[in-house]
Amino acid sequence: MKYLLDFKLSETRPTQAGDAMLVLEPLDKEKGAAALAEARPGQFVNIQVLQSHGTFLRRPISICDADAEQGLLFLYVKDAGAATHCLCNAREGDVFSILLPLGNGFSFDETYSDALLIAGGVGIAPMLLLAKKMNEAGLSPSMLIGAVNKDRLILTEELSSVGNLYISTDDGTSGEKGFVSQHSVLCRDWKHILCCGPLPMMKGIAAIAKERGIDCQVSLENVMACGLGACLCCVEDTADKGNVCVCKEGPVFNINRLKW
Amino acid sequence: MVDLSIDLGKGLRLANPVMTASGTFGYGLEFADVVDLNRLGAIIVKGTTLNPRQGNPYPRMAETPSGMLNAVGLQNKGVDYFISEIYPKIKDLESPLIVNVSGSQPEDYAEVCRRLSSLERVKAVEINISCPNVKQGGMAFGTTCSGAEKVTSAARESWDRHLIVKLSPNVTDITEIARAVEATGADSVSLVNTFLGMAIDVERRRPVLSTVTGGLSGPCIRPIAVRMVWQTAKSVKIPVIGLGGIMDGRDALEFLMAGASAVEIGTANFVNPSATEDVIDEISEYCNRHGIESLSELRI
Repeated sequence: MKYLLDFKLSETRPTQAGDAMLVLEPLDKEKGAAALAEARPGQFVNIQVLQSHGTFLRRPISICDADAEQGLLFLYVKDAGAATHCLCNAREGDVFSILLPLGNGFSFDETYSDALLIAGGVGIAPMLLLAKKMNEAGLSPSMLIGAVNKDRLILTEELSSVGNLYISTDDGTSGEKGFVSQHSVLCRDWKHILCCGPLPMMKGIAAIAKERGIDCQVSLENVMACGLGACLCCVEDTADKGNVCVCKEGPVFNINRLKW
Repeated sequence: MVDLSIDLGKGLRLANPVMTASGTFGYGLEFADVVDLNRLGAIIVKGTTLNPRQGNPYPRMAETPSGMLNAVGLQNKGVDYFISEIYPKIKDLESPLIVNVSGSQPEDYAEVCRRLSSLERVKAVEINISCPNVKQGGMAFGTTCSGAEKVTSAARESWDRHLIVKLSPNVTDITEIARAVEATGADSVSLVNTFLGMAIDVERRRPVLSTVTGGLSGPCIRPIAVRMVWQTAKSVKIPVIGLGGIMDGRDALEFLMAGASAVEIGTANFVNPSATEDVIDEISEYCNRHGIESLSELRI
């Protein structure tokens, strides 16, 4: 079930990287709780940013965390353009129309004890809900996150509390120096990789997974409009079905389906 | 209370004048969680062709000031898929169904219409002679009177229910094309489809769309669309269906005042998924506030 609901910004938590963690409360508590309870890791919301003049379409943002009991939605927003700048600088009490939860998230079950979560940049955001849901399934996930330098690493504290965290930075200011694809933890015998980050990073990880026969899921972020599979703008050319909507069939795909 | 119903002729009766524009509402099912599909004047489903089409390569969309460019290129699984897989899921909706039909030659349109004839709940077809994103057919038919006539008469021969022809705005005089399709058997015309446009990524010094050009939609085109509806409504006797950047009830009223008998909501569905229902409510509220009992009173 998808919900179109108004959410009030209850808090903006500044982050180390200069972005913002938005904490949002649904105005309709009952429907909001239902929507948040249905949110799966890797799914996203489509948020309207009326405050940003010149921003016509909604903006798809991955769900960082969803707490149905407290009725809170957490969105980690990178200040990357006019709309996200407005979101990062929104005032407490500002109301946003949000369509959620959208798409198909990461797949896992209780057998995923040999899974490595790999994320880079703002792609680290959805890993928090993923790790928490894996905890609920009795798993303690291993996570490898990367960034340009230690100042761009996000959610390190939160992620450390829900699993084993490994870090790489391009300049070596935190964790191992280099890209996530070069990190030593990758050499272990993983059965599954769940990945979200910049396209070159995901392609690099997918190549390693393919070579070593590791099952691998990646989360795509093709440019989209509706988020519902109606406009057919965000297509990815898949091996099995040709052009499919990333918003509806994805955003998470097994790499077997992709022509990478 | 205002009576919002409208009879467009030949069996196409709408409970209200608000329809969905093809290609912006999928098959309706995509919006079922957030829109009461039974409330809509009609559901016009996405462009359907004789054979499946993969559409154009990604990227297909560029956001623009007050609108967007798209270059989807009629991606769909073909008419037979629609008949076997989609129709059974939507045939019991109260809202009339209209199928938007496209093709690369007049015979394709005729064949799609012929196959759709068996579907009782499809109350009309909307013949698309105005898609700017396909190499063959599409807009090529809609920019000359002879092309528009050929497709309209081919479809007319295999379709005896209501036949809408969707016009392209990428012409010097849209009223000429409207008169041509009226003379060849169209029961109504819908206008406007998208305007041919282009966007360039200046950092990369490359066009944004894989196809270089695409169709511009959204409120940025609305004043031009209103003008074209105004001109066309004065030039033909058949009903005119207005569309082009309608975001809310106020915008829809502009078209109804310009001479449209009904409207289609397109790009707004991406921005406000419940736009269609909101427009119905807002038109109703306006009419009640102004003591208007019938939509025909709105025309200026």
